[in-house]
Amino acid sequence: MSRRILLPVVLALAAAAVTAISLNGGGAQARTQDSKLTLVAYSTPREAYAKIIPEFQKTAKGKDVSFEQSYGSSGEQARAVRSGLKADIVSLSLEPDITTLVKAGLVNPKWKQNKWEGIVTRSVVVFAVRKGNPKKIKDWEDLVRKDVDVVTPNVQTSGGAKWNVMAAYGAMRKKGRTHKQAVAYLRNLYKHVVSQDKSARESLQTFLAGRGDVLLAYENEAFFANSKGQDVPYVIPKATIRIENPVAIVKTSKNKALGGAFLNFLRSAKAQQIYGQNGYRPLVPSVLKQFKYPVRPWLFTIKSLGGWAKVDKQFFDPNTGIVTKIQKETG
Amino acid sequence: MTRLRRYALRFIGLGYLGVLLAAPVGLVFQRAFQDGFGAAWDAVTTPAAKHALVVTLIIAAIAVPANTIFGIVCAIAIVRHRFPGKNVVNVIVDLPLALSPIVVGLAFLLLFGTDGWLADLPFDVVFALPGMVLATIFVSLPFVVREVVPVLREIGTEQEQAAATLGAGGWQIFRRVTFPAIRWAVAYGVVLTTARALGEFGAISVVSGRLIGKTESLTLHVEERYQSFDYVGAYAASVLLAMLAIATLVAMTVFRPKEETR
Amino acid sequence: MLAQGLATAYLSLIVLLPLAALVWHAAGGGVDDFRAAVTDPQAVSALRLTLVASVAVALINAVMGTIVAWILVRDRFPGQSIVNVLVDLPFALPTIVAGLTLLTLYGPTSPVNVDVAFSRTAVLLALLFVTLPFVIRTVQPVLLELDREMEEAAASLGAGSFQIFRRIILPNLFPAILSGVALAFARAIGEFGALVLITGNLPFETEVASVYIFGRIESGDPRSAAAVSVVLLLITFLALLLIGALRRRVTRHDAVA
Repeated sequence: MSRRILLPVVLALAAAAVTAISLNGGGAQARTQDSKLTLVAYSTPREAYAKIIPEFQKTAKGKDVSFEQSYGSSGEQARAVRSGLKADIVSLSLEPDITTLVKAGLVNPKWKQNKWEGIVTRSVVVFAVRKGNPKKIKDWEDLVRKDVDVVTPNVQTSGGAKWNVMAAYGAMRKKGRTHKQAVAYLRNLYKHVVSQDKSARESLQTFLAGRGDVLLAYENEAFFANSKGQDVPYVIPKATIRIENPVAIVKTSKNKALGGAFLNFLRSAKAQQIYGQNGYRPLVPSVLKQFKYPVRPWLFTIKSLGGWAKVDKQFFDPNTGIVTKIQKETG
Repeated sequence: MTRLRRYALRFIGLGYLGVLLAAPVGLVFQRAFQDGFGAAWDAVTTPAAKHALVVTLIIAAIAVPANTIFGIVCAIAIVRHRFPGKNVVNVIVDLPLALSPIVVGLAFLLLFGTDGWLADLPFDVVFALPGMVLATIFVSLPFVVREVVPVLREIGTEQEQAAATLGAGGWQIFRRVTFPAIRWAVAYGVVLTTARALGEFGAISVVSGRLIGKTESLTLHVEERYQSFDYVGAYAASVLLAMLAIATLVAMTVFRPKEETR
Repeated sequence: MLAQGLATAYLSLIVLLPLAALVWHAAGGGVDDFRAAVTDPQAVSALRLTLVASVAVALINAVMGTIVAWILVRDRFPGQSIVNVLVDLPFALPTIVAGLTLLTLYGPTSPVNVDVAFSRTAVLLALLFVTLPFVIRTVQPVLLELDREMEEAAASLGAGSFQIFRRIILPNLFPAILSGVALAFARAIGEFGALVLITGNLPFETEVASVYIFGRIESGDPRSAAAVSVVLLLITFLALLLIGALRRRVTRHDAVA
């Protein structure tokens, strides 16, 4: 008899208990002064952080610090943080994603004002090609040949796409073209673009599935794919952009000092070495020397093109941006 | 029906099922174990995978009882009582079946996210477990109700009325008359609800935040492993989910309302 | 009283409130913003693909679902009960796993060299998978209940099997088929997980409405996402209303005297 009542009551209690546990896990922790850091990052450095975090926990400052980690595409993570995902540290693919957080009041506008200018790792834009490079793609001019199809992500949703476009534009400028000519090149390039995935990783998947002859990618993404058993041969053009990946502390963090200590650790030799082993070009020169990354003669930075604040508006503004207009033209 | 026609229909029907259903699922099992059972086991017992499984189970453990209790209560209200707006309730209950899970996730994001109407609650909803639970409750809402309502209608009120005249109170009537009559319908509804809750992906994609160990469900884990080129990991987790699904199927067959089985 | 109150409260909190927030946000920018969001070429393309694919899938299901229900009820073959159980697998299987399974067999790593990934065929394939059980399960019980006397009488009067099917069986099945079609259509129109991996989500080519909406959310544009969501909802409701009306009409016109 009483078993009949017992079952629903037990179920209800169990449900309540689990609810309590999960609510506690979800909300309360963010309010206590636990030594916990929540890292929200883009997807590529996941394995690097898997190794870096334990190393940090071995140091004096990192002792007894627990970590919560979230990985996804850079734009998606930035969006999540803006929509309420509680983070202490954000490690994203490019500066404009952090800028959206600054605009939302979640990151201090002065986040870049340190000796590393907010950067933690570097890479370069490369051309991923088919095995044996049958179409002999070596440089930017090859991308606009009649028989070449290009894969690059959609600039509206992917940070990686923006790096690719600025690499193309900057390469033209580096070779002596005027702004107008470089823009004309971009227009021509977009006529050859056959796919515009939402994120850099997805465009890599598309390329691996057989679309296109060349993929504009980050060197470290190609490295990652290769390390996972995929076959992604790549070519680094002579003129290419230095990709700089930023990190920042989130203003609403309850552990800013700890976050700062972690950020400092990310620039230490140990952490930079781990980044290097995972396909990134280390920031610290002495560590960089340990790896054999090819040096490109005409490497340039976003700064030489005016910095992200200017470039983002000029090229990628959703209404007036140069690339936005090109996208609409080429449909 | 001529023999030829019979074989033709059989061939077409089974062929369709084979191409669409059996072959793909079979291949995933094969791929998951292609490097050996050990490799698959390792892939599915990584900390991330284990956490993902726990997250999925916790969500289901909350959503399913909640929807079961609600389902029974609502079914009784719909069938046995008159109240204004009853038809509206009927429609609303079926709503989750017509909504894209992405739209569901978006709705919760707009309600509980920054700038939402309920943004400043003392605990986190979106990008935390409660948000995922709510979204899962939403998408798995209709099943118990829809299974219980027709049965309640069919059994009629005679027995309940008889019990009342004999002096039984409301709860007693429910316990001894109503519930025993609907319990198989409830069981079937619970199985459907559980299947839906375990498999939720779209709504959760939007409200998750993908915090490893906290808000990364097993379904999100499958996607993440695939995107990271860890195919064995993706397949192994898929096989785990597929086995949960098959267990659900068996339960469905056991509890299915008698008229539908041969 | 308590039951009604509880039910209403639960429903309101879990279903109505979020939907209200959705509609409110969709309308929040005023008519112009709403119109701009839903007439965006990419959005229109996604909606069109979704609609066309869902209709196609619903029709295919109407035919194939009936056939499968038929062989499960009127035929006997070894393994039949297993097949009967497996028919529900697409319902029980998480959509992302469904997508992965299809991608494995019919994508770039296909062992039988069939690669339809990143194409509209992939969209159809994925949708057919997830909507598989619906028509089958609505038709089966009706087929089971069917009184064979009519068919036998017709046969003894010299009617051929196809005639019997068309004039006696099918009219009885039709309402059930329509119910299944409604469920299949509603499911197909909102599908996300099964499509995410196999279709490539290429804008203007294989991007469906749910993926487009997801993309808008990811770009930090929830308002456009909400606007297109509302349109998707309206399309679904319209279709369901139509199917429901058709069903009522067909049920009233009892084709068998």
